[in-house]
Amino acid sequence: MYHKEKSIQIKNSASALYNNLSVLRIAPRRLTYFTVVHANVVNMVSASWDGLNYSHRQLQSKEPNVATSTSLIMQAAFCVLPSRELLVITSQKGIQMYESDGSIMVYWHALDTPETPSAQAVFARGISAVWENYICVGVSSGSILVFDVPSKGSNITLSEVLEEHKESITDIASECSGSQQCIADLVSADDGGNLCVWKSGEEFQLLNKIPGFDMSCSSVKLWKGTVVAGYGTGQIRLYEAVTGILHAEVNAHARWIYSLDIAPFSGLLLSAAEDSLVRVWHLTVSQETNSVEVAHLHNECVTDTQICGARFCDGDGYAFAVTGYDLSEIIRYTQT
Amino acid sequence: MSARTLPLVFVNLGGEMLYILDQRLRAPIASEDTSDKGVWSERDRRRVLNDVTATLFGPSFVDELLKPQQLYSHRTLKTVLTRLAHASIMRLNPASMDRLYELTTMAVKHQVLLCPRPKDLLLVSYNHIDAVRDFVRDSPAVLNQVDQAHRRIIEVYSSMSEGELQLLRQTLLVFFQDMHVRVSLFLKSKIQNPGNGRFALPTSGPVPHGTEVPGLIRTFDRRGREVRRSEFPPGGSYSRPAGGGSFGLHGARGTLLGTNTYAANRPEETLASRASAQTGDAPNPLAKEELNLLARLMGSMGAQDGAGAEGAFRISMFSPDDEEQEAGTSKEAEAFEVISIQATQVGCRWSSHLLSITRTKQNALMLKAAFVPQPVPSLFCILHRQRDMLVFCSAQDEHVASELAQIAGQFSGAEEQAENPCGNKGDDLLAMMDDL
Repeated sequence: MYHKEKSIQIKNSASALYNNLSVLRIAPRRLTYFTVVHANVVNMVSASWDGLNYSHRQLQSKEPNVATSTSLIMQAAFCVLPSRELLVITSQKGIQMYESDGSIMVYWHALDTPETPSAQAVFARGISAVWENYICVGVSSGSILVFDVPSKGSNITLSEVLEEHKESITDIASECSGSQQCIADLVSADDGGNLCVWKSGEEFQLLNKIPGFDMSCSSVKLWKGTVVAGYGTGQIRLYEAVTGILHAEVNAHARWIYSLDIAPFSGLLLSAAEDSLVRVWHLTVSQETNSVEVAHLHNECVTDTQICGARFCDGDGYAFAVTGYDLSEIIRYTQT
Repeated sequence: MSARTLPLVFVNLGGEMLYILDQRLRAPIASEDTSDKGVWSERDRRRVLNDVTATLFGPSFVDELLKPQQLYSHRTLKTVLTRLAHASIMRLNPASMDRLYELTTMAVKHQVLLCPRPKDLLLVSYNHIDAVRDFVRDSPAVLNQVDQAHRRIIEVYSSMSEGELQLLRQTLLVFFQDMHVRVSLFLKSKIQNPGNGRFALPTSGPVPHGTEVPGLIRTFDRRGREVRRSEFPPGGSYSRPAGGGSFGLHGARGTLLGTNTYAANRPEETLASRASAQTGDAPNPLAKEELNLLARLMGSMGAQDGAGAEGAFRISMFSPDDEEQEAGTSKEAEAFEVISIQATQVGCRWSSHLLSITRTKQNALMLKAAFVPQPVPSLFCILHRQRDMLVFCSAQDEHVASELAQIAGQFSGAEEQAENPCGNKGDDLLAMMDDL
């Protein structure tokens, strides 16, 4: 179903972090951006669609005007809003937002770090664009910071702090950004496997809380009102977002899942784990009959590699890319 | 990231180090170093293992480790491990210490990577502690220290969730990232690929506890009743989880990761092909904090007996290759100018410190401190090749103060000189700790 393409070499290897690959397709310029986190650096590659041009850039997590403070980065993700696209980088020190090509930093938000180190780690993790003008970022304390992003410029402000989770946020996902109207448009996941379903707005509304079973949910997606969650046990569960009803349960992987992605136009689901496997599934969500079906389509094994990032490169799922711990390349696959 | 890595780092690296020391001290060693006095007696070997274990599991050292803090660079860690290795009558030359560090870090990297679940990292650590207990079983005092330390570790880590332990594991994986030193023992047992130095990850075998064997899709109706089951090809051959392991003070741990793989093998040389990425040589913005940590850790390990070094056995554990031998001999020829300073402090606890500063061939300054006669464990001078000189002892003598100022000034000039071509091997800190 898929075959391997030529890999993209990156300047450093990927670190073992959840969801460690972000992809942004820029159709007008026939380019795709990829970002991969390595310790305290984000490696950005811009790849032309004809496969002939690659350019690289490295971004570090640091406060503006402070020369020597770099910290370990937890995640880098592109946020696509109707008016603009930003690259958000979260670390132990704070949250940075850049223009999508990584050229200019437009915003910095420092996390509250205690004077003396505490046993509880401090970091930000979990990034998603929501609706027309919000970017949500999770924090190790369980809070979710909601940033209001104007259509241009750097006048980004912290609009709200959602305090519902008690454990560190692992991932946040949304659907229906822009035009579509949805009942629920945001889902957040934490280290205890708990899921919160929200409706965005001037004040975010908590619609539902789906309890976890003490097992970290490392990656989560929202599609057609269905939450797709990947867990440390290697299981994938599909819930109806607003009611919390369990639609399906898949014993998908033999190790901790690190990344999930959905191609929204085709309903293809990608899952990747420490067991070296990437799997492609097909989801059918029928909102009239309220039923969900999961079918397995394809496996790819990346030998001797614990996979940490997997993303579709386009909305149909025609191609996907994969990163692995200690691997200095982005492996690509395309449909045959 | 995680602020709880240090205890596990030291238990595992320290444990691996003890395995290797135990193995190497058993066999007769043919070495170019003529001062190694031939075969080690059983008594001497036991003494080394006891002394190192007592230092590693000493209550004040464990106190320092258990404080929440970030994991620092390879350089700091290597310095502390060198100090640990020298806690007894044995001395290792820098080349041997390098090899020892490579072996231990690759072993622990393998164990951390292959842990089926993050919680199994604790089982791996406890395997190390169990083996160390066996090494010191004839010394009740040391054995007691190990037990105490083990209890404290259990207390701290058993309350951590799987998610927090995964963060800890991820922090360790960042630390070990890009290390692909080929270890002959691993290559032989097919644990490591000779081509790329990556560890072999099997896609078969038992799944971890709490995980189901992959292959099943279950669909439910709105009332929670299962309406369909279907299977898919898992792409590997997995089986149900094996028996569990004990997270308590004693008991079978249920995994071979972290057990002594050297015991069954004859001493092997590491095939140390140059690692593809240097470990932590880039200028480190956290240097000052790291050096403070280093000071606290060294201090908590207790004073090194300077006199003991006289009767110390120096050994070369691993035959240095030609390249390193050249570097080793050239090091002797480096120093050609010595400035001696006596810094005195009016105080109740210590009388005098002798600092000798040597200007090396590369015009870098090497600072050595000898503590005479009452060493204060938490105060000593550190020279960091690329950073400001941090002097912890205070000099009341005006003459001394001006000398130190002059040296500091000279040193900032020396910074611009060419890098020491010996790289890691000529490390100032290691030279100091080697008590040469």
